[in-house]
Amino acid sequence: MDGLVSISSNFLYLAFVLYLAATFFFGGTIRSKNSTSSQTWVSRVAIGLTILGFLASVVYFILRWIASGHAPVSNLFEFTTFFGMMLVLAFIVMYFIYRLNILGLFVLPVALLIIAYASMFPTELSPLVPSLKSHWLYIHVTTVSLGEAVLAVSFAAGLIYLIKEVDQSYRSKRTTWLEIIIYSLYATLGFVVISSIFSATDYNATFEVTNESGVSTLEYHLPAITGPADGTLVTTDRMEPWFDTPGWMNGAEAPRKFNTLLWSFAVGLVFYLITRLILRKRIAAAIQPYLRKVNSDLVDEISYRAVAIGFPIFTLGGLIFAMIWAQEAWNRYWGWDPKEVWALITWFFYAAFLHLRLSQGWHGEKSAWLAVVGFAIIMFNLIAVNLVLAGLHSYA
Amino acid sequence: MKRIVCEACGHSNAEGTVLCQSCGKPIEKNQHIDGNEKTKLLNMRYDGSARRSQTYNKSFVDKIWNFFSSVKVGVWLIVLTLLASALGTIFPQEMYIPQDVQPLDHYREQYGIAGQIYYQLGLHNLYSSWWYMILIALIGISIVVASIDRVVPLYKALKMQKPKRHETFLKRQRLFSQTNQPSLNDKEKFLERLKSKRYKLTEEDGHILAEKGRFTRWGPYVNHLGLIIFLIGALLRFVPFMYIDEFVWVREGETLPIKGTEREYYIENNDFIFETYDEEEDRKFAEALQNQSAPVASNYQTDAVIYRNHEAELVGAEPDLEKVKEGSIRVNHPLKIDGFSLYQSSYQSEFSTMSFYIHETDDKDEQELANFTVDLSNPVNHYELDNGFEVELVRYMPDYYLDDGEPKSKTDYPNNPAFVFAVYPPDASEPEYSFAGIGRNIDATGENDYKIALNGFDVQYVTGLAVKRDYTLPILMIGGLIFMIGVVQGLYWQHRRIWIHPKGNELWVAAHTNKNWYGLKREIDTLMEDTSLIRVVDQQEQK
Repeated sequence: MDGLVSISSNFLYLAFVLYLAATFFFGGTIRSKNSTSSQTWVSRVAIGLTILGFLASVVYFILRWIASGHAPVSNLFEFTTFFGMMLVLAFIVMYFIYRLNILGLFVLPVALLIIAYASMFPTELSPLVPSLKSHWLYIHVTTVSLGEAVLAVSFAAGLIYLIKEVDQSYRSKRTTWLEIIIYSLYATLGFVVISSIFSATDYNATFEVTNESGVSTLEYHLPAITGPADGTLVTTDRMEPWFDTPGWMNGAEAPRKFNTLLWSFAVGLVFYLITRLILRKRIAAAIQPYLRKVNSDLVDEISYRAVAIGFPIFTLGGLIFAMIWAQEAWNRYWGWDPKEVWALITWFFYAAFLHLRLSQGWHGEKSAWLAVVGFAIIMFNLIAVNLVLAGLHSYA
Repeated sequence: MKRIVCEACGHSNAEGTVLCQSCGKPIEKNQHIDGNEKTKLLNMRYDGSARRSQTYNKSFVDKIWNFFSSVKVGVWLIVLTLLASALGTIFPQEMYIPQDVQPLDHYREQYGIAGQIYYQLGLHNLYSSWWYMILIALIGISIVVASIDRVVPLYKALKMQKPKRHETFLKRQRLFSQTNQPSLNDKEKFLERLKSKRYKLTEEDGHILAEKGRFTRWGPYVNHLGLIIFLIGALLRFVPFMYIDEFVWVREGETLPIKGTEREYYIENNDFIFETYDEEEDRKFAEALQNQSAPVASNYQTDAVIYRNHEAELVGAEPDLEKVKEGSIRVNHPLKIDGFSLYQSSYQSEFSTMSFYIHETDDKDEQELANFTVDLSNPVNHYELDNGFEVELVRYMPDYYLDDGEPKSKTDYPNNPAFVFAVYPPDASEPEYSFAGIGRNIDATGENDYKIALNGFDVQYVTGLAVKRDYTLPILMIGGLIFMIGVVQGLYWQHRRIWIHPKGNELWVAAHTNKNWYGLKREIDTLMEDTSLIRVVDQQEQK
């Protein structure tokens, strides 16, 4: 059985490498003399590699399914990886509708970041608790992540639009926000890099925490910038925390997660500043010239179209299938669990997006900003709700 | 009602019409309604039909109607509800905090001053608060009013439209082109290609309307209808008959009436099964299991028999039970009977019997002189034992705790049983009193010659089953289905219209779509490929 799991992991690794290669080829299409949606051998190789990568990830999925006996969408690693897969699938579909090469250059790095992010969580096969033992696990989770992935393509298109259209000749709120979006991608990269480094060295610092319910231990895999309140470091030769985690952070193992967050922000900031130093201008301003040939209206339409396609899928998976399953498993179709509420918030948000776009004429830049905010909400629900807010879905 | 007769085609339009329903000529005095006065392009939303909200604004009813029919208001309501919903996830709602604590204390202790404010503002029960309900209700009203305001005039306008349109109407479309002296051949080619792309062509005096996807215009109204049905379904839960929500605890071997069924159905718990994953058996999960401090549950199951009581109508009558169903109730696999569903929701283990023995207080070996067993579900008061001992059960506390030094029972469930026994030794007439429980064995007077000690106990499971009958579920399903149909209908297709208008030596082509303009333009470009027809120009792009 172990053999199957490791073969499966290798296919995921292969997919990762193929996506990385495809990203470079999509990058190569920028230099082509014609418009950004023309078909050259470079773009054919790029989309070919993307499809191969996707097939490799499908093999990962099937093998892991066989090995564990259930669809690999049951813990944070598996679910996030699947979301990355679906993002690539959504991109492939949108690519064949619009043939826009530049979209690949933005979507694939996001997919790479998501897959890398996923692999920072425990990757061993996990058993299903009784409430997850249902066919609805596959039906619900797969449709939700497909829907969210299509909505994420909307984010990528919106980002292209913003980088192209936001005036970079002077500093404004818009340029600042754009840099913040780019920095948040850097922070994700920071998380991946710092986690990889310290897990390669098997870093471990254990704290003993005393509270009302007695003494418990908390293990850090990164040096503690922030330690648990009322905790003492028991591992020797480890850095003492600089300060205590605020008391209102109450999620399970909150101090450790907060510490990881601080590390990610810090490392992301270092990467970001290095890039800025090299470029000597805002990152969006540095990318902007390469997007000169991009047809803004086309990108705007892709961003909207992705919402139009993704919204019904998300509704079906994230609300309707979710309710049917909740009725079977928890005997109520709706329980105001944080994950449920945030799915509803996502739904409300995109409903407002569609009304504003179709009825109030919010096109172009306004629509692009909305696409970015929508993605932020999705990522919040995907990651923060599991990690920060306790609830029925916090199986990570 | 006043009518407006179109100067160009003579069609009689309803008051408030912006574009003549028949030929599309702008009706001069109404152009302000859709903001067409200063723009080159016509606002084609709802095809310039007369909407009540844009026509009347005098009476109180008009003002209310206009308020709710506004999309802007609708979006604001959505955004407010969104923000309110997010507010409710900052701290757990009351239903997710431990049941046995004072909510105020809990929020204050766990989340400090912020938690206290959260509680005092009532945000711990946000989703059932009156103001949240009102927000949802306002959204519901907005959906109904906005839909009715638009769907009726839009339906009329699209039904009425003629292929021959007024020139102003065509020129002021977003996609437009004029071809001078086109070849007849090219025009025919274009029309043939339109047909092959499933456009429906209608002709009037050589003027052609090519149209497809009109049905998609009804999508929003269909999905709004679905939402309204869903909301009504959710509301019907408050009608007692529609929704029954009960809970039963059944011990293994016990047969009890199912709450909520008016004694019509009984359930017998044959066996409760609780299974966990085992590192040896489930080797593939070994690593994950080792990382868990507690065993991981793999199954909760009640093997149950359902009986129907034929004497349910008669109050106080002995039940006359007939077995109607047998099966297992597992998480995700409720047992269904006559509209009721039984869900595996909880379980407890409790003591079923406890046995004791008596020994001499001074005996260091605690040699057993006599023993007895108390059946906790049905404790007997008097026990006659070997060697002439007799025991009286003076007091039984199933769930013992000390309330200010006074022994009491918290519940009727034997979670922590404690007893006061009166022991009558064979040689004495006066009893000795002993207090016995788990880990407790207290001699009330300190002068007892005999002591009672715990010999052992049996544990049994009590299964907790949720009993639900929810007649609103089919309504919610229908609402959800209609919503999905509507949202797909509205978003996955576009309503495209192309007007082909001969004008002297010229051929005019104008086109409109309700969305995805880029796609329409690209489609027309491909349809006109290798013809002499001039490609349509997006007149909005040229600003």
